[in-house]
Amino acid sequence: MILNEEYRLKVGLAEMLKGGVIMDVVTPEQAVIAERAGACAVMALERVPSDIRRDGGVARMSHISLIRGIMDAVSIPVMAKARIGHFVEARVLEALAVDYIDESEVLTPADEENHIDKRDFKVPFVCGARNLGEALRRIGEGAAMIRTKGEAGSGNIVEAVRHMRTIVKEMRQLTVLGPEELMAEAKKHQAPFELIEWVAKHGKLPVPNFSAGGVATPADAALVMQLGAEAVFVGSGIFKSENPELFAKAVVKATTYYKDPVKVMEACEEIGESKAMVGLEISKIAEGELMQTRGW
Amino acid sequence: MAGKTVGVLALQGDYERHLRALESAGAHAVEVRTAAELAAVDALVLPGGESTTMLKLLHRESLYAPLGAFGQQKPIFGTCAGAILLATTVTSPEQESLGLVDIAVQRNAYGRQLDSRVVTLPSALGDLEAVFIRAPIIRAAGPAVNVLATYNNDPVLVEQGRHLVATFHPELTADPRVHAYFLTKL
Repeated sequence: MILNEEYRLKVGLAEMLKGGVIMDVVTPEQAVIAERAGACAVMALERVPSDIRRDGGVARMSHISLIRGIMDAVSIPVMAKARIGHFVEARVLEALAVDYIDESEVLTPADEENHIDKRDFKVPFVCGARNLGEALRRIGEGAAMIRTKGEAGSGNIVEAVRHMRTIVKEMRQLTVLGPEELMAEAKKHQAPFELIEWVAKHGKLPVPNFSAGGVATPADAALVMQLGAEAVFVGSGIFKSENPELFAKAVVKATTYYKDPVKVMEACEEIGESKAMVGLEISKIAEGELMQTRGW
Repeated sequence: MAGKTVGVLALQGDYERHLRALESAGAHAVEVRTAAELAAVDALVLPGGESTTMLKLLHRESLYAPLGAFGQQKPIFGTCAGAILLATTVTSPEQESLGLVDIAVQRNAYGRQLDSRVVTLPSALGDLEAVFIRAPIIRAAGPAVNVLATYNNDPVLVEQGRHLVATFHPELTADPRVHAYFLTKL
């Protein structure tokens, strides 16, 4: 199994991020705003997902000078995105010593069959998933953190909810099965048998399970936390809102106090009347433009 | 310790792992997110996580002063970010701290995640497996501080009266001895 010492360190950093908010940032200035608002980490990328969606073209790893500027500007962990299957972008990010790599469907995939062999890296990886099978395939490849994919840049929470509910339900179903039924489950989920066995025994993933893709308000963040997310990634939701500083602070508060309706109400009130990012109806997004279907 | 409750500050970080570690050491443990919850516990753990995030929430939710007052009366155990919050001075960058344990702490002092490590250390509690993750280093400790373990000659497990500090993460191992030692201070 892959749960060795190096794996524990990789998962360990994910443990430290729990209960927190990881915010997408494009520049060092945005990273400073995120840190000041209480983000537990930032994600460096070239463009936020809603801009990638609008502008089209190939989305790649961010410029090194920008990532380095972000690393110099804040003391919290810095993550950066690499394209699916682009192990050279990942090696470059590892050489830069970012704290986590997101092998992300938000960027244009570099390989339409294979993901990166993440076991071979010292830096930990996070990967997106829409269901249990996808999550366990990524963990089998060495991912030390899973996040639901949702639909990045949509400002619509419905896909993140669908994916979190799916993963939690599929895990729960495994826990009531007998050992002789698990190989058939491994076949059904197209997932490694030993990881199916682990989930059946523990009822959870062997790595932290975070949520991403569509969080636009404090209430959205509290919703995915109540559905089982252990921390929240916010992409376009902060810096495409009318007042990023207010939104960032309010989302942090709602994530910490997700179980307390009065505190979540206070968080909602803190944004005043400033507008959230404009959301998209998922059915209005052309099939070929969905980001969540990237990844295999 | 019978009948007593240990709180874990649950604003952000690996508070769940501390709850489990405290329970396996025999304590009754609960999450603490408000001043009322803080007032109801007999001791507190400040978990690992991001100290900047915790500091901001402590201030915004008016928990910072109650936490300082709590530490004047009752035991606190801080790991990693928790150690940073308990220190008298914090560097790289400089930030505010509670000043309950007379140590000077440098944040992220080993480097980034690539420099995180697991080592076995001799300590006053016996050999310990120590997991360091983007850990701080205690650069100086005052005369009231008792050093229980060192790594590369820097103190990594220290106590001052009722308070206990670890720059590593005993909650990420299956070994409950450090938590059990903290419980002897109740």
